[in-house]
Amino acid sequence: MLIRRPPPIRYSEVAPKSVYLNRRRFLAAAGLGALLPASAATKLEGIRKSPLSTTGEKVTPYEVTTTYNNFYEFGTDKAQPSKLAKDFRTRPWTITVEGAAAKPRTFDIDEVLKLAPPEERVYRMRCVEGWSIVVPWIGFPLKALLDRVEPTSKAQYVAFQTFYDRNQMPQGRFAGINLPYVEGLRMDEAMHPLAILSVGIYGEVLPNQNGAPVRLVVPWKYGFKSIKSIVRIRLVEKRPPTTWNISNPQEYGFYSNVNPQVDHPRWSQAKERRLGEFFKRETLMFNGYGEQVARLYAGLDLRKNY
Amino acid sequence: MQGWTSAKTIERPKTRSTRWVTPAKVVVFLLALAPVAALVWRGLAGRLGANPIEAVTHATGDWTLRLLLVTLAVTPLREVLRLPELIRFRRMLGLFAFFYGCLHLLTYVWLDQFFDWGSIVKDVAKRPFITAGFAGFVLLVPLAVTSTAGWIRRLGGRRWRLLHRLIYGTAALGVVHYWWLVKSDIRMPALYGAILTLLLAYRVVRR
Repeated sequence: MLIRRPPPIRYSEVAPKSVYLNRRRFLAAAGLGALLPASAATKLEGIRKSPLSTTGEKVTPYEVTTTYNNFYEFGTDKAQPSKLAKDFRTRPWTITVEGAAAKPRTFDIDEVLKLAPPEERVYRMRCVEGWSIVVPWIGFPLKALLDRVEPTSKAQYVAFQTFYDRNQMPQGRFAGINLPYVEGLRMDEAMHPLAILSVGIYGEVLPNQNGAPVRLVVPWKYGFKSIKSIVRIRLVEKRPPTTWNISNPQEYGFYSNVNPQVDHPRWSQAKERRLGEFFKRETLMFNGYGEQVARLYAGLDLRKNY
Repeated sequence: MQGWTSAKTIERPKTRSTRWVTPAKVVVFLLALAPVAALVWRGLAGRLGANPIEAVTHATGDWTLRLLLVTLAVTPLREVLRLPELIRFRRMLGLFAFFYGCLHLLTYVWLDQFFDWGSIVKDVAKRPFITAGFAGFVLLVPLAVTSTAGWIRRLGGRRWRLLHRLIYGTAALGVVHYWWLVKSDIRMPALYGAILTLLLAYRVVRR
């Protein structure tokens, strides 16, 4: 059989570097720099540094943050997601925001990226497993999205859901947890200025293994609360189920605030290893964000509400 | 050969040569050293990943468990394959399991906890998975000590064999230690558990 192969694309047919760089400059000048989808650019532009950034911390190397990931849909080994999420399709992508809201609707990802000016937030990220990193996230407050749908007074909690597709995420079968992954926040937690939706890290579009195209970041809670690759957000009256709590309620509570005084049943939470450092360091209450968030939990027994 | 150190002596066909055993032991010795050599190499080359201490902890733990299972496979294999000479590999394999167990414990005490004895004692007492792992290691110590020909003689074959059944406990505790450590994906500890069950079942059925 004769197979007619199309001739390979010649370099002369590809937009020269000066041209595509100009395109980006044009978009950046139009204030749209951050909106370029992953396929067109990896660098995000027009980012302003947020005053809410954590200061005085050494930022974790990009290599570490992007090769040591808990994203069970792409394998339970931390090195797996960076390899197995390479071809994960993040376009087209929509986020449905529904439930107790006056204007529930579905947003296209490119619209979500335009919701608010992108800002860089450097945050500590403490995993429930006892390690931590410092990440320069790029994103905007979750509140900016929630405000769009005008939550009603019945909206007491926010429920989040991760995308799940067995074909793109074949490792999900072995995760040992129910998928799709679900998480939740109390409404006041969700509206807190420190809670952000992230679309990038280190000045670049969010890598797939870090939760592309959009993920939650709640820096005062253990990392698993910061749900990745979000497709659905539901405003609800009752406390929503959360994946790790379903999997093992004795070990993972709804709140899961970083708390060095309340141990995980199987290991101490008093200390953590900052990746890249040899000695463990003391874990801080609310991961060091107590000044901003402690008031949310006034009067709440944090031993019971772990 | 001390046939009485194993539960069952197998008749070896008189004609077969056993000269392969010594060079094979050298090969097995080097193979058993390969994992630690690979760790040292990766460490020097900076290829232990984002969390090197965890990588070393997991690798040494994995190899402890694997070598325990290999050691327990010696008896079934020598009977099934009719290779009684395999018994001559057993002590070496058992000692390598102990060696990796020591490295694993040392990694935890030194690299992970950095001799924070208060925290270590609390871990061993309070964390069931660490309690199990530590107990498994403790059971292995008398086996390593009494692994010499002198100790077999001193204890007498019957008592020595009885004592060395402690390895069943160590292997079971090793599997439990691993099982209780993982958060949700139990495939690997389940695999080790299945292999151990087979190896122990063989001993029960054979009787």
